[in-house]
Amino acid sequence: MAEPLLQTRDLSMHFGGVKAVNNVNFALAEGELRCLIGPNGAGKSTFFKMLTGQLAPSHGQVLFRGRDISRAQAHQIARLGIGIKTQVPSVFDGLSVRENIHLAASRLHSLDRVRRVVDEMLERIGLTDAAHRVVGQLAHGQRQWVELGLVLSTDPELILLDEPAAGMTHEEVQRTAELVREISRTRALIVVEHDMQFIRMIAKQVTVFNRGSVLVEDAVENILRNPLVRDVYLGKQAAA
Amino acid sequence: MSGRSLNLLGLLLVGVVGLAFMFLTPRLAELDTVLDLTVYIIMAVLALSLGLIWGYGGILCFGQSAFFGLGAYTYAITMFNIGESTLPFLLAIVLPGAFAALLGYFMFYGRISDVYLGVITLTVTLILFNSMNSTAGPEFHVGAARLGGFNGIPGIPPLNLPFHKSAVIDLEGMFYLATGALLLTYFGLRLLLASQFGRIIVGIRENERRAELLGYDPRAYKLATFTIGGALAGFAGCLFANWGNFVSPTIFGLAQSAQIIIWVIVGGRGTLIGPVVGCIGIQWLSAALGANQPSGGADWWSKIFANAPLILGVILIAFVLLVPKGLVPTAADIASFFLRRRQRQREQCGFEPQQAE
Repeated sequence: MAEPLLQTRDLSMHFGGVKAVNNVNFALAEGELRCLIGPNGAGKSTFFKMLTGQLAPSHGQVLFRGRDISRAQAHQIARLGIGIKTQVPSVFDGLSVRENIHLAASRLHSLDRVRRVVDEMLERIGLTDAAHRVVGQLAHGQRQWVELGLVLSTDPELILLDEPAAGMTHEEVQRTAELVREISRTRALIVVEHDMQFIRMIAKQVTVFNRGSVLVEDAVENILRNPLVRDVYLGKQAAA
Repeated sequence: MSGRSLNLLGLLLVGVVGLAFMFLTPRLAELDTVLDLTVYIIMAVLALSLGLIWGYGGILCFGQSAFFGLGAYTYAITMFNIGESTLPFLLAIVLPGAFAALLGYFMFYGRISDVYLGVITLTVTLILFNSMNSTAGPEFHVGAARLGGFNGIPGIPPLNLPFHKSAVIDLEGMFYLATGALLLTYFGLRLLLASQFGRIIVGIRENERRAELLGYDPRAYKLATFTIGGALAGFAGCLFANWGNFVSPTIFGLAQSAQIIIWVIVGGRGTLIGPVVGCIGIQWLSAALGANQPSGGADWWSKIFANAPLILGVILIAFVLLVPKGLVPTAADIASFFLRRRQRQREQCGFEPQQAE
């Protein structure tokens, strides 16, 4: 098997006595789309924070293309090619949509090219008409897309999405799923999501987190049938 | 009119008004007015330095006076030792800038939180205040310059044209120099803020974590902003030492450092014209209140109106409560409100674009 794009070895994050993430061994192949599910407090967001340098792990390693990035700064990891859409949309609220995307795109593109790149991205996230509006005034779903646009504009190899469909209307969820499928044709993705409809729309391989550890890892249809997973997480929702 | 052409129009207006002010004032006003205006304008350069780092960089520096004072003292001390102003002038910019870089390095790379950053910068300026205050004896001197403790350093030789020791700049020349410096600073900062660097520091102010996750190192950008602000404050300090030919430790004091913040609050953060307006307006007001000193009148109200700090305190509170954005941004909001309303009336077809406000 080829070297994985991303790999963690015994990755752990302990806050005092709380083991938010405990000895997680995880591997993601080049170009893979992986869904991450698990109940609240299972350690998914903490796991993401360690992958992106927002938290330094208590112990263990994160390897990106074989390179240890567990002690790297967040901006260095971003420059290596990992982009993240955080759980609560993290955008530049005081700036316009265009200014937001421009800021992200201008790290990679020269001034004469960046305008076109920004235009294309606005088109892609469906916000061309809202380009001059201040992001802080947009609806929640639109702000999610602005953040997605920010992340895509930095052209990362690996994209982490933390609850990309949260707070979206049904149509918005479908559009987001389409966008995720489109991205996954060329990029590796890890998606954390609670919305099982959404997971069904996009997932192939699913990893289930519980109490800071990996519970199971399997294809989506097996996960949905797995009684263990139902017990910890899906409960009656899946039976319905 | 598009935002871009409105922007250019504003720039043109500032340039024309600024140049007209610069060349007409000495012809129309008395010399003592020109002298007063000179110090207002020098302070406006100082206000712009905080306007940059706080208003755009989001760094609340409570001790901008530290760099201002260092600039003034550096100029004074090197001037007594060298006698020709070219090098002292440059040192008065470089040294405060370097000091800001050193201080900023520890604060930003140490990931000090915003509140502690305010505390540390304030402490630094107060330490400078106290140490300069205790240099009264003749044993405290740097070369030929006696530090003079709380009495300060009087009789600082004025600036001369670069490398021409005898071509000393007179009072009127000082006005031209100060106004030119303010205009240059203003347009220089506009240019800086329109650049990629400017966009990034505003992004970091808006959301530091997001900027970081996009691959920008906030520590480096904040450090650069802080250093530029420090150098600019030092530049203002150099001009100030020239204006009065005098510098004393009060330049590092609490009153001075608080004043700079008040100028920026009143004028408005996130604009450059705001701090200039706030600074000149408040200084003018303080001077007017000070001149109102009751000679014989002992009415309680004339006593209150002669109490400049009290009035300024009331103004500050009023601004924080009623006009929290500051004068210039609020005026801009009002203007755009009326512009939008007129536009909507013109459309008049029952269709109203969705506006969040």
